[in-house]
Amino acid sequence: MTQDFTENFIDVEGVEKVFDVRRRAGLLRRERHQVRAVDSLTFSVPRGEMVGYIGPNGAGKSTTIKMLTGILTPSAGRLRVAGIEPSRERTRLARRIGVVFGQRTTLWWDLPLIDSYRLMHRMYRIPDARYRENLDRCVELLELGGLLETPVRQLSLGQRMRGDIAAALLHDPEVLYLDEPTIGLDIVSKAKVRGFLRDLNAERGTTVLLTTHDLTDIEQLCRRVMVIDHGRPMYDGELSGLHAFGDGERTLVVDLERELPPVQVESARVVKVEGPRQWLAFPAAQSAAPLVARIAAAYPLVDLSVREPDIEAVIARMYARAPSPERPGEAGAPVGR
Amino acid sequence: MGTSGASGTLRLYAAVVAGGFRRYATYRSATAAGVFTNTVFGFIVAYTYMALWDERPGLGGYDEAQALTYVWIGQALAQALSMFNAGFAVDMVARIRNGDIAVDLYRPVDLQLWWLASDLGRAGFQLFSRGVVPLTVGALCFPLALPGDPVVWLEFLVAVALAVVVSFAIRYVLALAAFWLIDGTGVLQFGGVVGMFFTGLLLPLNAMPGALGDLARVLPWAALLQMPADILLGARSGADGLLRAYAFQAGWAVVLLAAGRLLQSSATRKVVLQGG
Repeated sequence: MTQDFTENFIDVEGVEKVFDVRRRAGLLRRERHQVRAVDSLTFSVPRGEMVGYIGPNGAGKSTTIKMLTGILTPSAGRLRVAGIEPSRERTRLARRIGVVFGQRTTLWWDLPLIDSYRLMHRMYRIPDARYRENLDRCVELLELGGLLETPVRQLSLGQRMRGDIAAALLHDPEVLYLDEPTIGLDIVSKAKVRGFLRDLNAERGTTVLLTTHDLTDIEQLCRRVMVIDHGRPMYDGELSGLHAFGDGERTLVVDLERELPPVQVESARVVKVEGPRQWLAFPAAQSAAPLVARIAAAYPLVDLSVREPDIEAVIARMYARAPSPERPGEAGAPVGR
Repeated sequence: MGTSGASGTLRLYAAVVAGGFRRYATYRSATAAGVFTNTVFGFIVAYTYMALWDERPGLGGYDEAQALTYVWIGQALAQALSMFNAGFAVDMVARIRNGDIAVDLYRPVDLQLWWLASDLGRAGFQLFSRGVVPLTVGALCFPLALPGDPVVWLEFLVAVALAVVVSFAIRYVLALAAFWLIDGTGVLQFGGVVGMFFTGLLLPLNAMPGALGDLARVLPWAALLQMPADILLGARSGADGLLRAYAFQAGWAVVLLAAGRLLQSSATRKVVLQGG
């Protein structure tokens, strides 16, 4: 009966999630309106793939994960994970999935780390040998050896995060949902977490869905990336394809002899001026040579460099361009630059 | 899973009980401070009762020694039965409000059983850590009417165990209100005040007059302190009296746990989980 899902481990088809929100609209009056958190979302993830799932705050990422784990029921559409309809069989599915939240913990706050793992052992009914093996492996790779007897409340954020990742993996989940696993971590901790996840995916074939605001996570871990905004999918494909997506502008940085008004030149526009240095945006498909020649002819040019569109800028533009019917001015604003 | 299913479930919740116990055992200074507070409070209420029973001997069917025993049983059980505070419910409301409850829901466990097991562990620890000392101090400083028969003590402990479950079941229902109210702490405070009064921590339910007393003696809070105290004081001796006390407690436990279960399923189905 689940024949058509053997290829795709996660299957999402036309899924919507609409929340009823009540807002106080006066002394006694309450206004009801609907917020469409996820709208006609369709994607599938084959077993063993590692997919980045990105979007601005409020885009619908967490709502998607909540539906995939079965704690929220979709308002419409069809959703299967490992052939199971999550909201109908949440507990059964829970034995086969792992979830890690960067900002929340599944660990027992007041007790030594090892106590939480013993609990996982019982909770997921992991065979003793398997539990030992997985625990040893996680302890080694995530460098938890000296921390097992430490109460969780005394762990640093990076230690706790590694502790949480281990807790999610002791029962050999077939899919791992990671929600901002590197948030707040220093560079060394981030590298450790990324390295571990890469190995996990490569060696065990664990399917991974990774939500993050840190695009380096995606660049280092995922070939495929999905972008969502205002509950709607905007891009689904190879990470490298994102560069071409959208306007694909490159940047020419010129250093002039002295401070001058913004350079006036055909087919490029100045986006930033800082002292004698100016930044010009021009279409990625266009050659930089004639542009440089034109500027050199008219201005005292000292130095120059060409920058490829970076992924963050592409995505920022993508977010900015999307219409925002429900939350004007909040999520629709350009991010960063 | 098959045959190992039931024993696996038992082992899981046993581990949760043990964790709940150890969790509180880690805070030794808090426990010591709590024991001190209960003891001091016991003295205050004991002297108040002595003045009251001096004025009204035999109030509520208790002589002075029984009334004083009631005071110290109350202090010994106050923490285990969460009479002063909402206990786990405060944690749970906080988790509902900040969205951490989602983490609980991702697990292959039953939410109610999970919290019950963890609360049983806590109650077990607090019964011994915060129960034994105040009762001993009370027995040394006042003429208490404690039974010598170990069977009565055993019957008392069974009633205490049932009381812990009823206490949990009440607070679980209150905590679930947070799914609809966003801020559930107000409900817990209201429940705490009402509970403190109807538990009989301030005045035994036996001593409450008229219709108020009649009402107080059939509410679920009567299962917490009044029933175990009655059993220890010999007011419910005989198989019939004992069984009726247990039946009263077990009845409320079943009704309230079922109510909690009903609320839980509609809460997890319908209500938006807070936070990202």
